[in-house]
Amino acid sequence: MPDHVHTSAEDEHDSAYAGLLVNDAHWAFGTDFEDPLAGVDTTIPEGIDAPTLAAYALMLGDDSLVMSHRIAEWTSNAPDLEDDIALSNIALDLLGQSRLLLARAAKADDSVVPALPEGSPAPPEDALAFFREAHEFRNVRFAEVVNGDFAEATVRVLLFSVWRLAVWERLRASTDHVLSAVAVKGVKELTYHRDYAARWFVTLAQGTEESRSRLLAALDELWPLWPELFDTHPVEAAAAASGVGVDPATVREAAEAVLDQVLTAADVPRPEVARRSGVLGRTGRDGMHGEALSRMLAEMQSVARAHPRGQW
Amino acid sequence: MTLTETPLDAGTQADLESHFEATIARNDRIEPRDWMPDGYRRTLVRQIAQHAHSEIIGMQPEGNWISRAPSLRRKAILLAKVQDEAGHGLYLYSAAETLGVSRLELTEMLISGRQKYSSIFNYPTLSYADVGSIGWLVDGAAICNQVPLCRTSFGPYGRAMIRVCKEESFHQRQGYELLTTMMRGTDEQRAMVQESVDRFWWPALMMFGPPDADSPNTAQSMAWGIKRNTNDELRQKFVDMSVPQAEALGVTLPDPDLAWNDERAHYDFGQPDWDEFMQGVKGNGPCNAQRLAHRRRAHEDGAWVRAAATAFATKEATA
Amino acid sequence: MSNLSAEGGHGAVPLAGVPTGVDVPAPEPEWPLYEVFVRGKRGLNHVHVGSLHAADDRMALLHARDVYTRRNEGVSIWVVRADAITASSPDEKDPMFAPSGDKVYRHPTFYDIPDNVPHI
Repeated sequence: MPDHVHTSAEDEHDSAYAGLLVNDAHWAFGTDFEDPLAGVDTTIPEGIDAPTLAAYALMLGDDSLVMSHRIAEWTSNAPDLEDDIALSNIALDLLGQSRLLLARAAKADDSVVPALPEGSPAPPEDALAFFREAHEFRNVRFAEVVNGDFAEATVRVLLFSVWRLAVWERLRASTDHVLSAVAVKGVKELTYHRDYAARWFVTLAQGTEESRSRLLAALDELWPLWPELFDTHPVEAAAAASGVGVDPATVREAAEAVLDQVLTAADVPRPEVARRSGVLGRTGRDGMHGEALSRMLAEMQSVARAHPRGQW
Repeated sequence: MTLTETPLDAGTQADLESHFEATIARNDRIEPRDWMPDGYRRTLVRQIAQHAHSEIIGMQPEGNWISRAPSLRRKAILLAKVQDEAGHGLYLYSAAETLGVSRLELTEMLISGRQKYSSIFNYPTLSYADVGSIGWLVDGAAICNQVPLCRTSFGPYGRAMIRVCKEESFHQRQGYELLTTMMRGTDEQRAMVQESVDRFWWPALMMFGPPDADSPNTAQSMAWGIKRNTNDELRQKFVDMSVPQAEALGVTLPDPDLAWNDERAHYDFGQPDWDEFMQGVKGNGPCNAQRLAHRRRAHEDGAWVRAAATAFATKEATA
Repeated sequence: MSNLSAEGGHGAVPLAGVPTGVDVPAPEPEWPLYEVFVRGKRGLNHVHVGSLHAADDRMALLHARDVYTRRNEGVSIWVVRADAITASSPDEKDPMFAPSGDKVYRHPTFYDIPDNVPHI
């Protein structure tokens, strides 16, 4: 049978992918999407204040939801195919983190979930993502900034992942099983994001005159929002005190040290730009955002809100 | 390799040709280092490169809805799917590169309009149901085209297609699953699905190319084992496969001539508007200009990044 | 309607009269081509899975993880510049002296692993 050649070629192909394509691991959540927390112990440990846990999980979930949305906007727009794929991977990782965190928030305290019209089948994590107003989002303002060029994407991913990784390395020890499990998985993902961005940071800094000047401009643009990442919101203080969460102020030194390594390798000085103030002292964690977020949400939520009883 | 400058005598040329023909006749694969007729090489480059372009341009119509996906689950599925298309484009460009073309040159030919891509992507996506219709009908049609290509005579193309087909079957399933979920939803959603299927059915049939009588290249491509089935055979297969799926879904396919033919044991069906297809091929489709402008902008905006990486690598190598 | 001639792939595209770009130099300096080898799980050989472009080795590894493994845990990846591979054809009749012997398409992308190589 002349077809034997092709059959064996396919077998050989299969062996090349043994352990790679046998599962659906690359589909962000596998292919069973029904309950993001299926199989995870969601009971709230003794001594933990449920509303604090929910509010804290929302903050972390909103950070990655908004950041993921921005990075996903790069899809089909990256400088080359390889980086298009890399950026999509980063967006997918962050989206996966959000889904778990929003589901965790809803499970811990369902009063955070907005009321939907009767008959709406939207699961709680979708109600949180698609039916809250901008002022109810608790993400840091850094995540919502409108995209710029590829240098801006590089700086954005680098700063965000250096910060989040520093927090999440400690979050692995959370007394909440869910947050701890999410952090264990997330640390691997964030380490990759950081390495990817650090690599590009050095490359652009040392590449051409144009790439260096674009990189420095992007750094100056995002730097004013960097200190806000380490502010301690009362929810974060309470979450840290009860062992559920991490006070970001306590990881500042570690994060700065990592960032300094990258800056040194790239021969880029720390920017001398002042931090951006809030509104009446309030910033992203307080639900006080820039103009970009409501615009982003108007787009992101448009289909879900047009069909509040829709099945997706 | 100065010996390569030596002109071949007629005998050697004939040997090479007969060796090539014998490999094809054995249903064996041609590999990049094998001698191959120039026409074979060029036909392959045209087909593989334009297949790759189709994957890359194909990211746009669906990418149009990533930012508006109505649930976190749908957003992840769609993002992963569009990402896969970039991967498929990359595998295919790699296969084309084994034939002596550079990916950057192919990209230039795409954005200058000298090479084409599948006209299906010149249709707009107008509702979220289109994400489902593209998965079900467009990816379904693509699978009909692509599965036989896993056995194409050129090794790298066939191997790229094996990997593509594995992922593509997930794409079709997610599209169909989105539509079935929407059909269980509200009246508005059901209407949205029907309207979307009405718009994509005919363009999906066009994806197989014009009728065999109007496809003079098919015979040579089949003789070379590049192509394994004719346009009409594949179109028939797609229609036969889709009709029961449409019934299960609860939508009506917009073709009054669609009917089971007992004698042929196949469905009879009408012909799409080939004039509209030709307009798309000529660049006059609803989204041709937009798709190319998007690709051109992304490529040009990325030039400084690519140059920076090249410059950095050079510095590193000499440091 | 013969000028409509089109053949499938993802969808029908015209083939007649379309330029190929064969042997046309890249319009800007192109990142070198890398071949990617993956060991999907312990106990198996690294197997060629495809190729990609990258400016340097480190970037090639990062890209290979993204493109070919989706960063699956426990996967070992090799990347090697295509122009660093010395190859013979699996076919003894490989015409080393054929007209196109020095052409770039002789790079060993998708270099074939013989079917009968056991997983040692």
